Amino acid sequence: MSLLATASPTSTWYLLLAAVLFGIGAVGVLVRRNPLVMFMCIELMLNAVNLSFVALAKRLGDIGGQTTVFFVMVVAAAEVVVGLGIIVSIMRKRPGATADDITALKG
Amino acid sequence: MELVVFVLAAAMVLVGALGVILRSNPVHAALSLVLTLFGIAVMFVAQEAHFLAAVQVIVYAGAIVVLFLFVIMLLGVDRSEDIRIEPFKVQRPLAAIVGLGVIGLVAASIVASRDAIGGGSGSLDTPTSTGNGDSNIRQIAESVFGDYVVAFEVTSILLVVAVVGTVMLTRRVKSGKDKS
Amino acid sequence: MLDVIWLVPALPLAGFLLILLFGRRLGEPKAGILAASMVGGAFLVTVGAFFDLLSKSTEERHHVETVFSWMPIGSLKVDLAFLADPLSITMALFVTGIGTLIHLYAIGYMHGDPKFSKFFLYLNLFVFSMLMLVLGENLLVTFLGWEGVGTCSYFLISFWHTRESAATAGKKAFVTNRVGDWGVMMGMFLAFGAAGTLSYEGINHAAESGAISGVTATAIALMLFVGACGKSAQLPLYVWLPDAMEGPTPVSALIHAATMVTAGVFLMTRVNPVLAVAYDWAPTIIAIVGVATALFAATIAVAQNDIKKVLAYSTVSQLGFMFLAVGSGAYIAAIFHMVTHAFFKALLFLGSGPVIHGMHHEQDMRKMGALRVLMPITAFTFIIGWLAIAGVPPFAGFWSKDEILLYAFAKSPILYAVGMLTALLTAYYMTRQVIMVFFGEARWNDHSEEHGAHGDFKPHESPAIMLLPLVVLAGLSVVGGALQLPFTKDLHFLEKWLEPVVEFGEADIHESWAYQNKYVLLGVAVIVALAGIAASIAVYAKKKLPAVEPALLANGWQYDSSIARFMGGPGRRAFEGVAWADRTIVDGAVNGVGQVVGATGQIARRAQTGAVRAYAAAIGLAVVGLLVWFFLRGVVL
Repeated sequence: MSLLATASPTSTWYLLLAAVLFGIGAVGVLVRRNPLVMFMCIELMLNAVNLSFVALAKRLGDIGGQTTVFFVMVVAAAEVVVGLGIIVSIMRKRPGATADDITALKG
Repeated sequence: MELVVFVLAAAMVLVGALGVILRSNPVHAALSLVLTLFGIAVMFVAQEAHFLAAVQVIVYAGAIVVLFLFVIMLLGVDRSEDIRIEPFKVQRPLAAIVGLGVIGLVAASIVASRDAIGGGSGSLDTPTSTGNGDSNIRQIAESVFGDYVVAFEVTSILLVVAVVGTVMLTRRVKSGKDKS
Repeated sequence: MLDVIWLVPALPLAGFLLILLFGRRLGEPKAGILAASMVGGAFLVTVGAFFDLLSKSTEERHHVETVFSWMPIGSLKVDLAFLADPLSITMALFVTGIGTLIHLYAIGYMHGDPKFSKFFLYLNLFVFSMLMLVLGENLLVTFLGWEGVGTCSYFLISFWHTRESAATAGKKAFVTNRVGDWGVMMGMFLAFGAAGTLSYEGINHAAESGAISGVTATAIALMLFVGACGKSAQLPLYVWLPDAMEGPTPVSALIHAATMVTAGVFLMTRVNPVLAVAYDWAPTIIAIVGVATALFAATIAVAQNDIKKVLAYSTVSQLGFMFLAVGSGAYIAAIFHMVTHAFFKALLFLGSGPVIHGMHHEQDMRKMGALRVLMPITAFTFIIGWLAIAGVPPFAGFWSKDEILLYAFAKSPILYAVGMLTALLTAYYMTRQVIMVFFGEARWNDHSEEHGAHGDFKPHESPAIMLLPLVVLAGLSVVGGALQLPFTKDLHFLEKWLEPVVEFGEADIHESWAYQNKYVLLGVAVIVALAGIAASIAVYAKKKLPAVEPALLANGWQYDSSIARFMGGPGRRAFEGVAWADRTIVDGAVNGVGQVVGATGQIARRAQTGAVRAYAAAIGLAVVGLLVWFFLRGVVL
């Protein structure tokens, strides 16, 4: 226990965690059918990326990484707003629709 | 001490993430997302990105997830989807391949290049381009309003566009037909 | 004068352009006078160039005047250049000289025709093209002229295009010429491939120095000969010339007697070194084709009743003689006969013009007779032409024909025998023509009502402007033989003049039996000519022997109808087969490609399920794939 207490998490650990989080988010997008839950999984992926940016900003001593995260959050917010607007519009027309029911792009 | 914080925060993140993808009730999934976001915020603090941690909690957990919950309530999609059945038989194996592939390869590349990425584990307290030992928020402020001021202005416009667009998308026209 | 040799083709071209712009305003006869003076001017420049060339020594008689660089494309460098050497100046002299005379004649002949200026427009264009042909320094300039004379021939044959037979004859001439043009083009390609240049100097030099192999030289020579067969109406491409008589008489005289049809002989003479290094059987083929055509056409002429058709077949026959000469290596004799033939054939055609005119466009000789009383000068000049072509000394035709037969004998006695037979027939049918037209009883009174005769139907003599060329040509037919008399070397003017051009290809027959006994052969020729005349007089004038004019010969050995039957029958089936192949195979292939694309699209369509998750899965897989690829390439490691 004392050995473990002395080990300090390096930025590599954070990066690895971000990778795992990203993977989980990707799987979620592929597997879930509820549009809102799919959206949440996309938010997971974005957060993973944010985490890796911050980890690397700390490692390289460059504040630009954190600035990037700032902008990512802003854009993510805007994206969520628009995306939810779209989902609302679609769901109004067909209540109870899932991602599989929207096949207008079928060629 | 940092190790303990890391482990706890990582646990929060992972449990929350798994909850998002595994819970069939969307409301439960949203709450799991909050757990994840909070864990990420803790990690931001551990990386001395104090400002971002605050923004994460305020914007992500406080606004975005609330928005999600509003929509769930509004549309009444809180009825669970049956997660056991999967109409595309091939989808789950493919998802497994994608997930494992992404995790594995990115992890491998991270591990392989940990010496190649410059600087050891430097501290953000060391002098940076913004000046000696400024607080994190000052540093970010000087970066955003200095080097990246154009990006800042553009994202402001983006926000306005997003709001206007969504209002246009979702309004109901008086005659009874909505413009979806 | 040599440096302005470009004026020689430029003047008729200027005439063409002026008449094109102002022809209608100039009208008759100014358009004709303008055209004639342009050609006359070209003649004067040519005479000047001739004397210039004479003043140089024999080796230097080779002047190239480059107007501009026409096609500098990689290794192909073709200039628009003119070559003034003995051969081209000789050709240019008689083209412009006879051309001027015929222009003058045409001013009188085409009097009253509504398309008067158009006629001279085409005539000038023709003279321009012909001069480009003979003065060209390389095969491409010659080919330009070659195509030009073919086109003008089409225009002029179908000049009275409202007449269906004339329009058809024009098309026939053009299409048949085109077959020959293919041969010229193939010859040009081969020559360029072998010698790397299209200029005569380059090609002939390559042939003389042995740079062209026997196979290639044979191929080039035979391909060019195919073209010559088309243009100079040899078997099997002669069919257009008799039909070309639909054109006005000056056209027949200029194009189909004196100039265009000689282009083939000129071309073969120009590339005589190539023919000399070809395999031996190549010139033999040329000689055989020539003499066969000569005999073939002569037999047909015996049974023709149209005055111009007799002369047309006679032209084919005489051209056959020229190719016999080319095949026997007697280029000088070929050119000699070309020149004398130009004189007397043009004379004969021009003489037939007033006959036809005076008979109100009646061309059937059976309806003529005793015209010498009413058209004395025309008859007199026609008789001189007749004696020249029949080969009676001392007129020009005798000397040139005899020279050819001498070389033919040296090559093979069989060729000589066939040639002699043809000479006999020539004398026979020409005498027949003269008797039927100018002697005997007047048969035209019986048929005068058919032609809407107004009052007194009386054939009459032509105006002076038409008689002058006749007299000049008659004079030339008499003295033309002096160009190359066989008696002593000193009198071989033409040979000395043309020697630098043909010395490589000219056959040397001084050791042959024929040469040693040339006076014997001379005597035989005279006897044969007189025998032919006598036989004809016996049949047609004295009516002692029955006339031999079988229908087979009158129909030209059924040659035309065989071609028509073949093209209409098996030919048509072959064409339809080709069309079927095009429709089914070629179009089918193209459509098939379209169908394959459509089918593939239908298969690929199945990937577009419209399901968002499927697309997401595809994106995910692609990302994994990219990561793997980066990994393998060692970007990360």
